Amino acid sequence: MTRTLSLRRRLTNGFMLSLTGVCTALVLGILFFILGYIAYHGISALDWDFFTKLPKPVGEHGGGMANAIVGTVKLLALASLIGVPIGFFGGVYLSEYGRKNTFGFLIRYAADILNGIPSIVMGIFAYTIVVLPLGHFSTVAGGVALGIMMIPIAVRSTEEFLKLVPASIREAALALGLTEWKVVSFVVIPTALRGIITGIMLDLARVAGETAPLLFTAFSNRFWSRGWLEPTASLPVMIYTYAVAPYDDWHRQAWAAGMVLLMLVLGANLLSRMILHRQLRG
Amino acid sequence: MSKPVLEIEKLNAWFGERHVLKEITLKILSQQVTAIIGPSGCGKSTFIRCLNRLHEVVPGARVTGTVLLDGTDLYDPTVDPVMIRRRVGMVFQKPNPFPTMSVYDNVAAGLKLTGMRRRSVLDERVERALRQAALWDEVKDVLHQSGASLSGGQQQRLCIARALAVEPEVLLLDEPCSALDPIATARIEELLLELKKSYTIVIVTHNMQQAARVSDVTGFFLLGELIEVGETKQIFTNPKDRRTEDYITGRFG
Repeated sequence: MTRTLSLRRRLTNGFMLSLTGVCTALVLGILFFILGYIAYHGISALDWDFFTKLPKPVGEHGGGMANAIVGTVKLLALASLIGVPIGFFGGVYLSEYGRKNTFGFLIRYAADILNGIPSIVMGIFAYTIVVLPLGHFSTVAGGVALGIMMIPIAVRSTEEFLKLVPASIREAALALGLTEWKVVSFVVIPTALRGIITGIMLDLARVAGETAPLLFTAFSNRFWSRGWLEPTASLPVMIYTYAVAPYDDWHRQAWAAGMVLLMLVLGANLLSRMILHRQLRG
Repeated sequence: MSKPVLEIEKLNAWFGERHVLKEITLKILSQQVTAIIGPSGCGKSTFIRCLNRLHEVVPGARVTGTVLLDGTDLYDPTVDPVMIRRRVGMVFQKPNPFPTMSVYDNVAAGLKLTGMRRRSVLDERVERALRQAALWDEVKDVLHQSGASLSGGQQQRLCIARALAVEPEVLLLDEPCSALDPIATARIEELLLELKKSYTIVIVTHNMQQAARVSDVTGFFLLGELIEVGETKQIFTNPKDRRTEDYITGRFG
């Protein structure tokens, strides 16, 4: 009796363990396959010119995507400027003050719906509120579209990570005679900071690759975009334009642009981790 | 006889509709250890959480009655619970050091976050609190390591030091040894006997031997009521109430 039971348990255990192993291998395999594929195709077009030169006119060889790289960095900076504070403070509100009340419920619900809105609709929205009044495409419009897209995930992930901070930690801080905002700012948020930043970086990575909303807002530009009120090139839109064009040279540059976009996101991620690491020590 | 520091009168507490403390009237005397004993769910923890106004932070919790701390009613509407909590410190059941802070910062947290900036003062207060908590010798070389890297018993003494650093008048301990082994427990008990020379202590405990060892006065709670309170010796040798006798002799609970 005990023997058959233990055999069954061993088999089940073996089966489930291999299943999780296979799934992990699949996830990592797909990830590395994509990374490798992009690198394989992109590396040949990736040279110094790619980072420093403007795109060449159709038919001419070479050139780079310096304007699109700068454009993407500007768009993401603006998007973070809008999405991160609203998302972060909204998340703090939901976790610390809006757990059970109607207002909290409404915000949470609104964030979840906002998260489900197709990105192209977000583009049309930004088109109506920024592009139409200004009369032309611009970096600002693109930043607004991406920024609004960042809000729901920033709100919900901040909220969830703050909720993970145990009640005992909050009570310990309250029991020391600290005011509520000090408990939240100096004890609760630092405890959850690592998670909050991971959530925001994932959020940023998600919008970094958005193309559809940019077509209506930032549009594109073969030249440098001065300031914030001109149309701007961006890596995702360049990838889209170059990938559907009938030139081999452009295809290679599209792959290279994909690789640079990946590196940008990776770089931002590493940088935030390094800053966080240093702060926790100091 | 020492004077009462806390005078609790007709204290009632609720969680939503559940009436968890009923008409508690009790005096807590200065520089003594008062132990609160009773079976699980009898309201012991709720009782001490009413003494630093921590009960009310739980949604739906409510309190009536008066608690006088040196004559001021804790539940007077003009009283700021934040100021009360600076005067009445608390140590919890499970050690709960702030996970992102070093040993030093854990102890200094209460002072730093209420505006104390002077390094010399902080250094001195941190050292004094750690010495009072009998932890200084073990941590003086690792002050800047994470508080979470200490052992369970050390963490609990760290929490005691953290509470002492803000120099409260009363120290509340909510089953402080329930997550500790007997050796760590013995150290905390020794510490309490030392601390009562300068603080008024209220300790909730599951462990009747512990109450007998460390306290001067013991109160027995059952189903939200204070059944009996008296000198510890009397409670354990000659209880007046039948229910107290049943509990301490192990007939229930």
